[in-house]
Amino acid sequence: MGITVNDVEYVAKLAKLTISEEEMDGYIKKLSSILDYMQQLQEIDTTGVQPTTHVLPLENVFRADEVRPCLPREKVLTNAPDTEDGYFKVPKIL
Amino acid sequence: MSIYDMTINELQQALTNKTFTSYELTKKYLERIAEIDPIIHAYITITADAALAAAKASDERRANGQLLSDLDGIPMALKDIFCTDGILTTCASKILANFVPPYNATCWQRLADAGAVLLGKCNLDEFAMGSSTENSAFFATRNPFDIERTPGGSSGGSAAAVSADLAAYTLGTDTGGSVRQPAHYCGVVGIKPTYGLISRFGIIPYASSLDQAGVFAKSVYDCATVLEVVSGHDERDSTSTPYPIGDYRGACRRDVKGMKIGMPNEFFEEGIDPRTIEIVNKAAEKFAAAGAEIIEVSLPHTKYALPAYYILACAEASSNLARYDGVRYGVRVDKPSLEEIFCATRSAGFGDEVKRRILLGTYALSSGYYDAYYNKTLQVRTLIKEDYDRVFASGIDCLLTPVTPGPAFKLGEMLDDPLTMYMTDICTVPINIAGLASLVVPFADIEGLPVGVQLIGAPFSEEKLFTAASAVEVPRRLPPDILEQAAEKGVER
Amino acid sequence: MTEFQTVVGLEFHAELKTNTKIFCSCPTTFAGEPNTHVCPVCLGLPGVLPVLNKRAVELAMKAGLALNCQISPFSKFDRKNYFYPDLPKAYQVTQYPLPICKSGYITVPDADGNEKKIRINRIHLEEDAGKLVHSGESISTSNYSLPDYNRAAVPLIEIVSEPDMASADEAKAFGDKLKLILEYAGVSDVKMEQGSLRCDVNISLMPKGSDKLGTKVEIKNLNSFRAMYRAIQFEEDRQRRMIEKGEKLIQETRTWDEGSGRTLSMRSKENDHDYRYFPEPDLVPTVITPEWIEAVRSELPELPDTREQRLKEECGLSDYDCAQIVDTPALAFFFDEVAKLFPDTKIIANWLLGDVSRLMNSAEKEYEQVPIVAEDLVYLLDQAKSGAINNNSAKTVLEEMFTSGKMPAEIISERGFAQISDSAMLEDAVKAVIEANEKAAEDFRTGKQQAMGFLMGQIMKATKGQANPNLVKELLAKMLK
Repeated sequence: MGITVNDVEYVAKLAKLTISEEEMDGYIKKLSSILDYMQQLQEIDTTGVQPTTHVLPLENVFRADEVRPCLPREKVLTNAPDTEDGYFKVPKIL
Repeated sequence: MSIYDMTINELQQALTNKTFTSYELTKKYLERIAEIDPIIHAYITITADAALAAAKASDERRANGQLLSDLDGIPMALKDIFCTDGILTTCASKILANFVPPYNATCWQRLADAGAVLLGKCNLDEFAMGSSTENSAFFATRNPFDIERTPGGSSGGSAAAVSADLAAYTLGTDTGGSVRQPAHYCGVVGIKPTYGLISRFGIIPYASSLDQAGVFAKSVYDCATVLEVVSGHDERDSTSTPYPIGDYRGACRRDVKGMKIGMPNEFFEEGIDPRTIEIVNKAAEKFAAAGAEIIEVSLPHTKYALPAYYILACAEASSNLARYDGVRYGVRVDKPSLEEIFCATRSAGFGDEVKRRILLGTYALSSGYYDAYYNKTLQVRTLIKEDYDRVFASGIDCLLTPVTPGPAFKLGEMLDDPLTMYMTDICTVPINIAGLASLVVPFADIEGLPVGVQLIGAPFSEEKLFTAASAVEVPRRLPPDILEQAAEKGVER
Repeated sequence: MTEFQTVVGLEFHAELKTNTKIFCSCPTTFAGEPNTHVCPVCLGLPGVLPVLNKRAVELAMKAGLALNCQISPFSKFDRKNYFYPDLPKAYQVTQYPLPICKSGYITVPDADGNEKKIRINRIHLEEDAGKLVHSGESISTSNYSLPDYNRAAVPLIEIVSEPDMASADEAKAFGDKLKLILEYAGVSDVKMEQGSLRCDVNISLMPKGSDKLGTKVEIKNLNSFRAMYRAIQFEEDRQRRMIEKGEKLIQETRTWDEGSGRTLSMRSKENDHDYRYFPEPDLVPTVITPEWIEAVRSELPELPDTREQRLKEECGLSDYDCAQIVDTPALAFFFDEVAKLFPDTKIIANWLLGDVSRLMNSAEKEYEQVPIVAEDLVYLLDQAKSGAINNNSAKTVLEEMFTSGKMPAEIISERGFAQISDSAMLEDAVKAVIEANEKAAEDFRTGKQQAMGFLMGQIMKATKGQANPNLVKELLAKMLK
């Protein structure tokens, strides 16, 4: 199954990555060879097989509804690229 | 005996006997780091002042008879993927080049509470994606046994640090082999315990359902010593084990006699270097001589583990790495609109391999492909896990296999061929897929390059792995002199 | 001309009334300085992991039981992936194929006043996003935005109805009823003005009698049920006109503009809503046993329908009084408390709906904040009923209880409101008044009833209003025989 320029552009958009025209060929080539390799999974009949989402068969792990101290705000904002009045700051969305 | 070649146990003895203090020991390690690391590049960050302060505090505790644990005062290092409060944590990515976490990873907190002395943070493939440490955004790490070769990856810095005596022990993480493969390439002991044994809280995730922290050490017993401290339930990790941890050091002293050791056919097929197979067979002979029973077994879905791994890992990674958007932390590329910031920040901040895996994972989860790729893979995961369940249910105590097809490859050799690079993980990924325990112990060499063997156990059977590993463990082999290698090969500091 | 049938489905988001967020121990308290109710977990810092709040699970179960849903024996969480600055991890943890509750319903009156069942498709648990403060008037004109993550990861339930409503009235009735049930169940604060209850509308038209649904439009930004009601009416009209003109409706999301009273097309930021849902690997499944369900069910208070029925049947209250009481849960709970201690429910209803409500209204307070306790009110009602104080005094006492917070007994004694019910004491006063008002006394004897009123007035004046009027009447009749 080949991956097309459209496919790569579509997923790049979803993943918020910009792929330049020069890079595109390289991505297509490498992604295609990996996807071809992955195709071998299709040869297994998995009809009726339950999917495994967790290897450890745990269930019902909960936390009590008790408040604990928050992070001091200076620590909250310490890594922020831009802030204003205790808020994070970003330019207009679009 | 060199101070650097001493095991944790030996160092504790020496500290107790006042042969040297933790401060002196730490200083020694820092001196060696200053001398050797400019060649090896195991460290991204060296925390010399904090290490000396921690060592001093440890010496005071020792003087007052208030030692916290058998790790108190022993210098160690962490893969730069463990969050350390107030200490730069980059994940070897440009996007986190300035990130200082405001909290500690649970396993680091446990080590700190045990008196560990942190020397610094070790290099890795960016976000743990890679098998050579060449995908670090900063620099590649070199293999101490041959500085023109890779130490493996993704925890290459942590493995090289132990191998080159730049730390007494280190922690790494293993999503598809990232502890075991570099341990094998660098001639050190490495354990990837059962998924859930060590809390993942504070470990920057690559693939959440596969990631597990592990230990690199100079001996099997050291490895057990460290594992006892970092393991166990953590209320902040929903997937952490509810079970009590084992007596790993005790297990190192147990007899391997009567243990049933399986050798799965599928791990000895084409693509594996015959010299590697020979070494594993020698290990089997050693087991047999010690009274263990060697049994041939079959794990028919083994060959599907690698493609399954890449789909699962990339899909989870595409989601785990979405948060690096330049809003709350990390390096932002400024643009007039947020939408442009998202794209510019991520495109400039991530390296090629990371971008490739994000694209692949996004593709596998995208509308129309989920069932064919992701869900199918979860089903294959069930089949792979059932293979192992069946073998262990039949009475096999642990499995013996190669770690990788061959010894360490040359730096740059596979950079342009990701698929071939992925293939080096063929013997290690099934263990993460199935959530098993696995340990690599150095056993022999091929042309001077270390080769280990992999022991695989059922979930939470770490004690058995320690018993088996202790039975085949050989005296530690030291790498050739690093400075001489550098001079000989014209590598500059 | 073709007659059209409106088809409405509703989606509600209700913030759960937990102390802490869904996956970490930060408080859910409304307001607070920006970014002060956050920790590494809800900030989505690299390396953090979620741990599910058990109370959030139980409140979601409660909501499900109150809305006649099936509680799923096995549910799990999924990640919904999209980028937005209010979403710290760039994915929302929610439930996709296996929600915690399924297949419920509530009944509302239809256009003919008959009971109509509106089905609920599902209820799922999820985390809220943070808030963006915009620099300008609106998101489209602002130069920058300021994320505040205090609200990020507050637990939400999303309740999705089937498209079973045929009018704005039915939708409003459904919304009102749902809100009331959630409030009774103690699941959510349901304050639309604070955003603890939010509502989106899905609406389409189809020819009457058809079973083929028309093109669906989603309406967002509805800040009240009034807005929802108006938006549905506007949209019904807009869609009908378009269909009649032969124009093609597009499936889209529209936003309600309160100012102009119109719905406006929202230019979609990302047309491809490819959310790439997949199972959340950091959380384990939730398994709910029948025993757990019963334990949660036993915490549920009486819900509006059964409560209304009981007030009618057991307390003999009018339909109007019943509805008044049931519509305000805090009032209904207070009613129950008082009724446990005071047998005459009619009197309780009169007081609670009358003076107590009046005082609450003039203080601009919600019933939750009623400043008196049941025991004190019952004491007051007992005093009034037994005649120990008169009705007017009782009202004054109640008012002072509201303002001063004093006990009724204290107010009665301070004000000297206790009635004189001792006939020996009153006889002297009556005698004195009769002697001083010979003319009036004579009139009374000759049968002029008005004279009685005058004499009563004089006696009350002499006793500063404390005389028990019934006793005075008795004494007058006796002495003037």
